Amino acid sequence: MTTITKLPDPVAGGSKHPQRGKTPRPGRGRRLGDLRIALLFILPAMVGFVAFFLIPTIRGIYLSFTEYSVLGDPTWIGTKNYTAIFADELFWNAMAVTLQYVGLNIGFQTVIALGLALLMHRVAKSTLIRGALLLPFLVANVIVALLWFWMLDYQIGIVNEIINWFGLPRIAFFGSEQWAIPTIAGVNVWRHMGYTALLIFAGLQSIPSHVYEVASLDGASQTRTFWSITMPLLRPVLVLVLVVTVIGSFQVFDTVAVTTGGGPINASRVIQMYIYQKAFGESDFGYASALSVILFVILALVAFIQMKFLKGNESDLD
Amino acid sequence: MKKTLGAVAAAAAIALSLSACGGSAPASSEAKGEINYWLWDANQLPAYQQCADDFTKANPDIKVKITQRGWDDYWTTLTNGFVAGTAPDVFTNHLSKYPEYAAKKQLLSLDDAVAKDGIKLDSYTKGLPELWVGQDGKRYGLPKDWDTVGLFYNKAMTDSAGLTAGQMANLDWNPKDGGSYELAIAHLTVDKNGKRGDEAGFDKNNVAVYGLGLAGGGSGQGQTEWSFLTATTGWTATDKNPWGTKFNYDDPRFQESIAWWAGLIDKGYMPKLETTVGASLADNFGAGKAAINTTGDWLIGQYQSYKGVETAFAPTPKGPEGKRASMFNGLADSIWAGTKNPAASVKWVEYLGSTACQDVVASKAVVFPAITTSADKAAEAFKAKGTDVSAFTTHVKDSTTFLFPIADKAAKVDGIMKPAMDAVLAGKKPASSLTEANSQVNALFK
Repeated sequence: MTTITKLPDPVAGGSKHPQRGKTPRPGRGRRLGDLRIALLFILPAMVGFVAFFLIPTIRGIYLSFTEYSVLGDPTWIGTKNYTAIFADELFWNAMAVTLQYVGLNIGFQTVIALGLALLMHRVAKSTLIRGALLLPFLVANVIVALLWFWMLDYQIGIVNEIINWFGLPRIAFFGSEQWAIPTIAGVNVWRHMGYTALLIFAGLQSIPSHVYEVASLDGASQTRTFWSITMPLLRPVLVLVLVVTVIGSFQVFDTVAVTTGGGPINASRVIQMYIYQKAFGESDFGYASALSVILFVILALVAFIQMKFLKGNESDLD
Repeated sequence: MKKTLGAVAAAAAIALSLSACGGSAPASSEAKGEINYWLWDANQLPAYQQCADDFTKANPDIKVKITQRGWDDYWTTLTNGFVAGTAPDVFTNHLSKYPEYAAKKQLLSLDDAVAKDGIKLDSYTKGLPELWVGQDGKRYGLPKDWDTVGLFYNKAMTDSAGLTAGQMANLDWNPKDGGSYELAIAHLTVDKNGKRGDEAGFDKNNVAVYGLGLAGGGSGQGQTEWSFLTATTGWTATDKNPWGTKFNYDDPRFQESIAWWAGLIDKGYMPKLETTVGASLADNFGAGKAAINTTGDWLIGQYQSYKGVETAFAPTPKGPEGKRASMFNGLADSIWAGTKNPAASVKWVEYLGSTACQDVVASKAVVFPAITTSADKAAEAFKAKGTDVSAFTTHVKDSTTFLFPIADKAAKVDGIMKPAMDAVLAGKKPASSLTEANSQVNALFK
């Protein structure tokens, strides 16, 4: 970048037409020439961005101000969808359920992944074991969900058979209101912890070993080293991991869709499930678009706050 | 988000194709080519495949390609197909779905075809053809079959409980104490120690066999769950049927009946709602975990397929006024308005609704065809297989059927009523909470 921006100046200065020196036209011509080349290189990505992100986003925002059933034309109704959403108990329920899910999912996932990453870094050096941690992530989400759905089945699931064998009462993992969200969160922790651990593990490897040597020379204990060296230096990676996993966590859908479908009652009707229900179940695409826009704003805010307060773009190594 | 762009393009395409065919059958175009036909019930696929083969034999220019999809995928794929322009030419339609499709102009009206080809509507069982006339007075489907609800019970269990087939066929019910229906259910419930539900010392927290199985809350229709009970009290779901705009879930007769039904869980006679998630009512019956199931005649074949279980059938119990009741649901074949081949599609639908095809369906003994004479043949075919289906035909014979509540905005009503009914059944809210749900439902029609 720097070479490109600095380039025109010496060229303009060394121009063969010093008498027209006060007009920077040749320089500008050169700049425009670069712009053309630059645009050419940006174009493929730009086409994809415009066609698949920008236009759908703008259209989604437009649709959120309409009543639209796909099989007709959208009719403009102003902010009616939004006022309806704020009075919609199911929306607030969906937000509460989603937050509960994100809290459980991210909390357990991050702590377990950090532990696994430390184990990978310090103890389990075999590629086989490190690879095995990734295995759940290699199975498709829906397959994982269905597999656990069957294993946790109330009547015939192996988990309940074991619980029963110990003489404890069976648990309706997906069927009871208390268990539905923790169960779904647990299934997704199981699938994603290996992958998240791998990301953190990469962060651990980027911490130079000399800081650990200095710490041990100073006689710092293991715990002290962890909190004063590892965690601060891992922060940029952890922030990135958190931003990515929190956004992913807010968008939980497939696990819910193939297991509880939002039930029992409304206990697992997460926001994406509610959007899907409104759009594809009740053909209310305008309302669903408005819900999507709200989710978009929330996620943008969450990402912004995380980057801002956890200083994800700075490293303590500098 | 990505889907919206495709949807726009597809919606534009649909608009073009719609304006091209104008929504009514241009009978002038030639009837040939390939037509796509969808249905959801795998049990009926062989019968309709044979109909398609016979049809092609009679009309060598028309090929019929049949696709079967499970109920859950069927409707979303169909709606997406309407938008994307890939919907089937002809498809099996349901009473809860067609009002919306008709309102959105996705269905071809069959009035011209019926008039031109002289379809005899009175050959169908009374009441069925009228179900498919939309709010605009146009006909959107030709009836293909009907179904009623009955009690499916495990014969070995009733035998050991000392209940005869005659007793099972003459149960009575009322919302106050459940009548002999509840007594039978209680007696058929057995706990881990072998104590029956009506005996002293019955442990309702450790039940081995439930007297009555549970599929779910039944949402706003309760077709197989509770509608056969609530209807005997004189209650109806809507102010008028079809096309009601006011729902009656606030009626005390309804709430009283639901409270009685949900109360069976508390008594230990019916499994908890939370145990039904991911479970199959029929499979639990097959596994001997319930003695009675209330379900529809389309599952007769499945219930007879369980090894070591002898399933018998009894009509639904008589209500407080001494009469039985069963929801009368009927399917029909409809044509998609966007079909490129309306002439051939009309021909196929007419064949599906003809005696020729419905007799073939009857011979397979899976459902009751809509044509009265074919339904009789189906009853004979069932009998030949050793199945007594009088529990289901008796409703038609005695005119104790009532129609599936046909209303606009069915999906939205369902979105409100399913969680509301589940909450009552889970014991989280009293049946009186349905009054609140009812006002939400009625607000949809304002």
